[in-house]
Amino acid sequence: MRALLCLLLLTACHRGSGDDRTTVRFWAFGREGEVVRELVPEFEKRHPEIRVEVQQIPWTAAHEKLITAFVGDALPDAAQLGNTWVPEFVALGALAPLDERIAGTAGRGDSFAGIWDTNVVDGATWGVPWYVDTRLLFYRTDLVAATGLPWPPKSWAAWREVMQRIKEQGGPGHFAILLPVDEWTQPVIFGLQTNAPLLADGGRRGAFRDPRFRKAMAFYLDLYASGLAPSLDLQGVANLYQQLSEGYFAMVITGPWNLGEFRNRLPPEMQDRWATAPLPPPEEGMPHPGISLAGGASLVLFKQSRSPEAAWTWLEYLSEPAQQARFYALSGDLPARRSAWKIAGLADDPKAAPFLTQLGQVAPTPKVPEWEQIATRIAECAEQVMRGGKDLDAALADLDADVDRMLEKRRWMLDRAAQPQRTAEARR
Amino acid sequence: MSAEADAPPAVPTGLKSERRAAWVLLTPALGAIAIFFALPLIAALLLSLTDFDIYALADPRNARFVGADNYLHLLRDPLFWKVMRNTLVFVVLGVPLTLLVALGGALLVNSRLARMRGLFRTVFFAPVVTTIVAVAVVFRYLYHPRYGMINQMLGLLGLPAIDWLGDPAWATAAITLLAVWRSFGYALVIYVVGLQAIPQPLYEAAELDGAGAWGMLRHITLPLLGPTTRFVTVLTTVSLFQIFAEPYVMTRGGPLYATTSITLLMYQQGFRWWNLGSAAAIAFVLFALIIAATGLQELLRRRWKT
Repeated sequence: MRALLCLLLLTACHRGSGDDRTTVRFWAFGREGEVVRELVPEFEKRHPEIRVEVQQIPWTAAHEKLITAFVGDALPDAAQLGNTWVPEFVALGALAPLDERIAGTAGRGDSFAGIWDTNVVDGATWGVPWYVDTRLLFYRTDLVAATGLPWPPKSWAAWREVMQRIKEQGGPGHFAILLPVDEWTQPVIFGLQTNAPLLADGGRRGAFRDPRFRKAMAFYLDLYASGLAPSLDLQGVANLYQQLSEGYFAMVITGPWNLGEFRNRLPPEMQDRWATAPLPPPEEGMPHPGISLAGGASLVLFKQSRSPEAAWTWLEYLSEPAQQARFYALSGDLPARRSAWKIAGLADDPKAAPFLTQLGQVAPTPKVPEWEQIATRIAECAEQVMRGGKDLDAALADLDADVDRMLEKRRWMLDRAAQPQRTAEARR
Repeated sequence: MSAEADAPPAVPTGLKSERRAAWVLLTPALGAIAIFFALPLIAALLLSLTDFDIYALADPRNARFVGADNYLHLLRDPLFWKVMRNTLVFVVLGVPLTLLVALGGALLVNSRLARMRGLFRTVFFAPVVTTIVAVAVVFRYLYHPRYGMINQMLGLLGLPAIDWLGDPAWATAAITLLAVWRSFGYALVIYVVGLQAIPQPLYEAAELDGAGAWGMLRHITLPLLGPTTRFVTVLTTVSLFQIFAEPYVMTRGGPLYATTSITLLMYQQGFRWWNLGSAAAIAFVLFALIIAATGLQELLRRRWKT
């Protein structure tokens, strides 16, 4: 009875004060969706006319949910979007361009160029970076120091030498580096480092037979062939942290979420025996560090939004350096704006600082909606050579053929768009 | 019902109105079937004739009618044949294994000599009702190349370790074993019912005639379990043709597609890459395959009988 009364009172209050506020519906994924709620009260205090409704969606369901919501006309006003998904949602016509809104703000100059670039598709900007993600080396300082070789390495060859030495000193059953076989990120990073174009003709065809990509793939596969990396896939890695502590491997290429995980999961005696380092470039003399992936999540505004102005105000608030620093404290996600790194004290953290260096050298993956499918196929191609014993050149030729087929629809769409008269005719 | 439908046209008026009444009563059910079964089926068939994809989701005018291209492409795609082969391996290995294990288990829990039959029935049925995700966690550890219990036991026997889920040659077998472990309990329950339906006097008579346990099994139990076996075979075949959860949670179809089943391929095409046209085509191929397989079983049974 009392509960009912309370409920009645609450609804009465709600009707009294809140109903004329503009509601912003915001979707965020996984852990981010949980902690972003804590940024809402201050925003609502600053903007009493806006109410923010955060919906949390698990990462595994996020992509599917967004697409079904798009089809069902049920998208929110704004959302977080993995920045590799941006091209796909641009192709769907689901996003609102942000160039005019961004024009007066400091966001662009304060962001990492490679990360910002992931949001630019067909000359327009469709998102603003929220947090960033890139891959670099996490390694055991003691095992690397024991080799007596210069560190961090200045080229692939020098890096490989360190790995070789670690393997020799570790003996059988020990490896130098962990590279999960089914991850596309590693071969793609090496490809970006050799400046391989990956796709040709504006994303119309695959360009994996390019000698630069072949070189990257050969380097990557040789790490398995010469026993420096175990041929495990992601599922086979039972406990990364335990295996690193045991010295089963000495390095792993992974992302910023592991900064927190390493601190929590490695035993205390390991804490001063691990560090991070930016990736080496292929050749000495090439810009250091070598390129890595421009990952992370962007904030986007949907075209169907009923209150784009209020939603943009919310997104601008989330992009403020002070909020980004708070968000880092809550989630451990690295801020997208350089000034937030200073506020959060990240630039002085010796284990996070290499990320700052690496983020100055990141590049986006090709911006075509089919990218995820292509990336999966790249990992398969590597696996075919590594586990299936296929010839590398044959595997790359097959990869190109398959990618060309995946891009067939895109070619047709681009060709059709290139003939404006016929398109107009078709539209009538 | 069928007698009425087959009746000659010159029927008394009473029957005619009865037939009308039958139609009226059937309409809601038929309507539901039409809306929830026939309509989606036709829609899916039409979908399988287009290249409906992410671009078409944006604007339906971006979908092209491609005729039988999706099907032709499937037939030319080595991946499709690989996946077909995997699925057939799942079926060919899995069905007899399930039948054997289920029958063995059923004989055990039904035997008068066995103790704690209730407990065993529960134990054998438990995998059927356990969540696949929990099962996957445990099995992934059992199969783990370094820490797994299975490899440790092989090691005790002096056999080399096997990378159960990482080696394409073993992964299919590993997943089949899991699928059999997970589903034999269901077949077992059906077998128990079948066994209990066999009249006891038959065994008593056989015993008087001096038949041993083996003779009774061969000449009484197995023949009388014929219909049960047929039912269980069809059920297991259909469910193994549609195997999805086991490879999805254990290996995501890897390594090298060694454990990708037709349904998993369909899921990937449809909901990972949003190639809904080709996913629909795969669905129809699977549909045809299951019909063909059950038809073949029926045919074999009739051959066998005469």
